[in-house]
Amino acid sequence: MKAFFKKMFAENPVFVLLLGMCPTLGTSTSVINGLGMGLSATAVLICSNFFISILRKFIPAKIRIASYIVIIAGFVTAVDMALKAYLPEISASLGVFIPLIVVNCIILARAESFASKNTPGKSAVDGLCMGLGFTAALVILSAIRELLGNGSLLGLPVLGSNYPKAIMMILPPGGFIVLGVVLGVIQLMRTKGGAKNG
Amino acid sequence: MVDAGRLFSILITTLLVENFVLVKFLGCCPFLGVSKKTDTAIAMGMAVTFVMALASAMSWLVNEYILIPFGLEYLQTIAFILVIAALVQIVEMAIMKLSPPLYASLGIYLPLITTNCAVLGVALLNVQKNYGFLESLVSGIAAALSFTLAIWLFAGVRERLEHSKIPSFMKGMPIALVSAGLIAMAFLGFSGMKL
Repeated sequence: MKAFFKKMFAENPVFVLLLGMCPTLGTSTSVINGLGMGLSATAVLICSNFFISILRKFIPAKIRIASYIVIIAGFVTAVDMALKAYLPEISASLGVFIPLIVVNCIILARAESFASKNTPGKSAVDGLCMGLGFTAALVILSAIRELLGNGSLLGLPVLGSNYPKAIMMILPPGGFIVLGVVLGVIQLMRTKGGAKNG
Repeated sequence: MVDAGRLFSILITTLLVENFVLVKFLGCCPFLGVSKKTDTAIAMGMAVTFVMALASAMSWLVNEYILIPFGLEYLQTIAFILVIAALVQIVEMAIMKLSPPLYASLGIYLPLITTNCAVLGVALLNVQKNYGFLESLVSGIAAALSFTLAIWLFAGVRERLEHSKIPSFMKGMPIALVSAGLIAMAFLGFSGMKL
């Protein structure tokens, strides 16, 4: 359980490892989008980690990256089609970012650094932790952006109708700025924590 | 059929109004990762331009002559990523043989391009927008140039940041992201342009 949380937060793919920036910035305009993106990536991550781990002894080392990409692309296509069929609105608002999960560095990085060396069970759990870490980061960012930019959370207005909406926060610049400030706060907390421990 | 005005409008729209990195958030990883110095940023931009132009042309051909005739459009994502991965490999080998100096300056960036989502993104968007061959090619080149423009501007800002006084907790990536936000804000100024 401790290792689980460690993976989700201390090794958070977005905030600590700075992986998967494109979907992070591109889809964190509202909590629903962020959640949809995070969970889709989690599903792909669990499946691809599991299968790559099963096949790890059969894949020749030289063409492993290409093989990983094909396996990942297969699952991404499945998730893409499932979303189109069952959640067409989310699929439409995430648009091209769903097929682009294929080139999300988090997934390839876990395949290369974890799934290719560990048992299928462990790899699936690793996929789950990393995926939830990614989802958590997306939800935090998108909650800040939706709250500041639209005065709402999950589409429900929370700040009242008099709230002056800072639309800039939902537009692209807001993505960069919010992520920058959040990383700054994390860096601040880390240096404070480090000083305490040291 | 081929309308030069339309091609020009695709070029300007993709380059400025819908800048791939700053407005569409495609290709952020290399944008943040390889932008510490202007010369490496330009080298990366050139490598991306080369691959992206080829990739959009190739993926259009694959889509038009292989996927559509056999009714396999749902395999687009898989087919395109394979095309791109193979292309990057071929380009890498070709440059290594033909021009060692160019390889020395671009070589290390080439493998990174496979996972640059802007490359796959432009191939997928071309299909979504129903572009023809020339239009796909132009939009690929324009997207790559927009990436180069963004990474070049950003690298220039980051070189300045190195020598500025910044509160210690904002040093490094946080301040870089905030400045990227400001650059993106400048690009929003183009968003009123309708072509």
